[in-house]
Amino acid sequence: MTAPALLEVAGLGKRFGGFVALDGIDLAVAEGERVGLIGPNGSGKSTLVNCICGTLHNETGSVRFAGEAVDGLTTHERTRRGMARSFQLPRPFTTLTVAENLRVPLLYTVNARAGTHLTAAELDARCAELLGLVALADKASKLPRDLTQVEMRKLELARAMAAEPKLLIADESMAGLSQSEVDDIVSLLIRLNERGVTIVLIEHIMRAVMQFSQRLVVLVSGRKLADGKPTDVIRDPEVERAYLGQ
Amino acid sequence: MRLFLLIAIAVAAAVFFGARLIGNDYVFFAGYTVLQFVVLATAWNILGGYTGYVNFGSAAFFAMGAYATVALHKFPALIDSTFPEALAPLLRAIFPLPIPALIVIGGIVSGVVGLGMGYLTLRLRGAFFAIATLALAVVLQTLIVNWDYVGGSRGAYIIRPGEIALIGPYIQYLFLLMLALAVIAIAIARGIERSQLGYGFATIRDDELAAEASGVPTLKLKLIATALSGALMGMAGAPFPYYIGYLQPSSAFGLEYAVNSIAMPMIGGTTSWVGPLIGAILLGSLQQYVTVTISSSVNVLVVGLLLIVFVIVAPNGIVGLVQGHLRGRKK
Amino acid sequence: MVGISFDLVINALIAGILLGGFYAAVTLGVSISFGILDIVNIAHPAFIILGSYIAYILNAQFGIDPIVVSILMMPVFYLLGAGVYQVYHEAFERRGQESLRGLSFFFGLLFVTEVILILVFGVDYRYVEAWYIGPSWRLGVMDFPLRMLVPCVTALALFGALELFLSRTFVGRAISAVAQDQLALRLMAADPIRIKRIAFGISIATTAVAGALLIIIQPVEPSVGREYIGRVFAICVLGGLGSLPGTVIGAMLLGILESFTATFYGPSWAPAVAFGVLLLTLAFRPAGLLGR
Repeated sequence: MTAPALLEVAGLGKRFGGFVALDGIDLAVAEGERVGLIGPNGSGKSTLVNCICGTLHNETGSVRFAGEAVDGLTTHERTRRGMARSFQLPRPFTTLTVAENLRVPLLYTVNARAGTHLTAAELDARCAELLGLVALADKASKLPRDLTQVEMRKLELARAMAAEPKLLIADESMAGLSQSEVDDIVSLLIRLNERGVTIVLIEHIMRAVMQFSQRLVVLVSGRKLADGKPTDVIRDPEVERAYLGQ
Repeated sequence: MRLFLLIAIAVAAAVFFGARLIGNDYVFFAGYTVLQFVVLATAWNILGGYTGYVNFGSAAFFAMGAYATVALHKFPALIDSTFPEALAPLLRAIFPLPIPALIVIGGIVSGVVGLGMGYLTLRLRGAFFAIATLALAVVLQTLIVNWDYVGGSRGAYIIRPGEIALIGPYIQYLFLLMLALAVIAIAIARGIERSQLGYGFATIRDDELAAEASGVPTLKLKLIATALSGALMGMAGAPFPYYIGYLQPSSAFGLEYAVNSIAMPMIGGTTSWVGPLIGAILLGSLQQYVTVTISSSVNVLVVGLLLIVFVIVAPNGIVGLVQGHLRGRKK
Repeated sequence: MVGISFDLVINALIAGILLGGFYAAVTLGVSISFGILDIVNIAHPAFIILGSYIAYILNAQFGIDPIVVSILMMPVFYLLGAGVYQVYHEAFERRGQESLRGLSFFFGLLFVTEVILILVFGVDYRYVEAWYIGPSWRLGVMDFPLRMLVPCVTALALFGALELFLSRTFVGRAISAVAQDQLALRLMAADPIRIKRIAFGISIATTAVAGALLIIIQPVEPSVGREYIGRVFAICVLGGLGSLPGTVIGAMLLGILESFTATFYGPSWAPAVAFGVLLLTLAFRPAGLLGR
């Protein structure tokens, strides 16, 4: 890796009572990288994301972001520093419209950063732009309960993008999408990456993962099993046995 | 907002002068109670309806305002014994404080306590906050009952002046103050709703985790809501000793305050400033009627039953029912 | 204070332990409904007071021993609890609106129960009569008032029975499991909703006993329930949510703290103790002493 590390996770451990969800995870993501994270259900992928973003508190290990230790920071502070994530099960703001859902990160993250002050017109413009990117422009004034599952996932992704992150962690944003929709999201994410956003993609859809990732990380039962070039990783016999062979 | 304030003040003025026309002071006594509930319901809703954090201890915040007034009212008696002679004339000129000042002080006291309690409990689940507010009411009542300076369990007498310049009967002055407070409370609520703060509150209510992930500083906003809500309740409580003349802990901490503060917004509708207003006016008037015709215990029972029914059947309150009906007709 | 007498201390300790036993009976139900089922039933004290009044009526009318009354009433309270859970589930759990509306629902129940009791019985204190109310068992300087000892022993028996039930029977283990993994439970062909209903029913059934014990220990009037809300949740949090043994230990600790406060500072400060404990625990160790 020649680019500086944007995200450094070292020895991260998380337990729930007696159950070890994550066991000493080390992960480094360079600036501008496209990393894919795969693993069976229950392997700890979402738990890892939760710990990185501060939603859950990890008992051991540390997280560094953009060269700064973020372990004591709250989730919103980490978001303001440039970390954004979408939730595996969409969590929209149910009493706000689709467009208002996108305004929240614009108001509270983008506008809160020093030196940024978006005018009302600029806020509206960015909302509209984001809605266009995920093809939800015609649903702008609808409530989340009027959306289909697929549309809710797109809203979830758009809301994470609205925070204008340096690092975007997309947690299973493509479940249930059609082939062409999957392709759309992958090319959207690649375009985002070309604009400078580092992306970690958590997915089960192998086609998308292989298309998108420059590097592939495999998580099984709370441990990192593999970390390297996608083509190498999928040929790794341990990975095949633990995950792909299923 | 300016237009809204203008209309609100105009309506308030109409209410006040209309009441004077009726010529019966009872209107002012009953009206004061209803207006008090408007403030309490609106204040409760800023925290409960907007952010989703339930406060069961409204009585505590209300009573703190009332007892701050009592404590300050008794202060002149202490001037000679506690302060050097040089200060006495100055203190006598300041005390007793006019009611608007007492309202501000009541608001500050309750706001600070709300802030403190929120700081301890808001980082945890909403359920713990709710339980803490309930326990707070019990503990505060225990403290007051043991505090002889404000009368303890024996109570405290506040002699209300008979008349006041420009207005006439003192009760009309109290009514006017509470009317002003109601306008202020509603204006604040409405202002919050339409602002960035309102969005932030709504996200906390809808999904606090997602709110944090979107950059919303949830703890800070919750503290603002708690302090503001508590302060408004304290302000509503500050004139109460003058209204009632004889203040006992059991009346200041009365259960009807806790239940009404919750029932009125829940029945009226929690998502906007209109709900608590409707709930307070409807339920407040109903209760005045029932208390006089049947009994005050049955009155409070009716409110409790209505709360249970509405919470199950019409979760969005009267405002929600009307909105649903209107939407249904559009189709 | 010139030399605190040993008598005073040891008897405050005993009173505290006995009181703590009783508090355990009051809290065991909440340990199930809040600790395991995650339902914030703040109306729990209302059911207890209801139990007290039923014990009072049957004791005053027919002279039946209050503890016997409570055992007879357990099935009735169980059905009541099951019914309340059904309403709660249909109206709130299913719609995902437990927090604000569920809380308001239980608050409404708490409130309505208190007011109905006031309307029916008035605000006079009521008490029961039994052979163990009055006499004390003396052991040297140690004083064991029977009206505290009998409830404490009953409470511990209740705890033992519940603990056995939860750990040895299929339904009991399913109840402990339902908090953690509803999917696994479903795969075991047990209906999570039915299990939760049973659990909540049991939680309310305990209030029949707690109510009888309460009116043995002290005279009761409708607003007494409110003092217990703070205590009950303080004990739950202190002991660790979901842990029955933790609840008993927490109850004992609170009982001892309150007893010493009452003995050395006066009884009117007792309600503040529970709140203080609750706040401190929430601030410094929210998982409680034995919590998960």
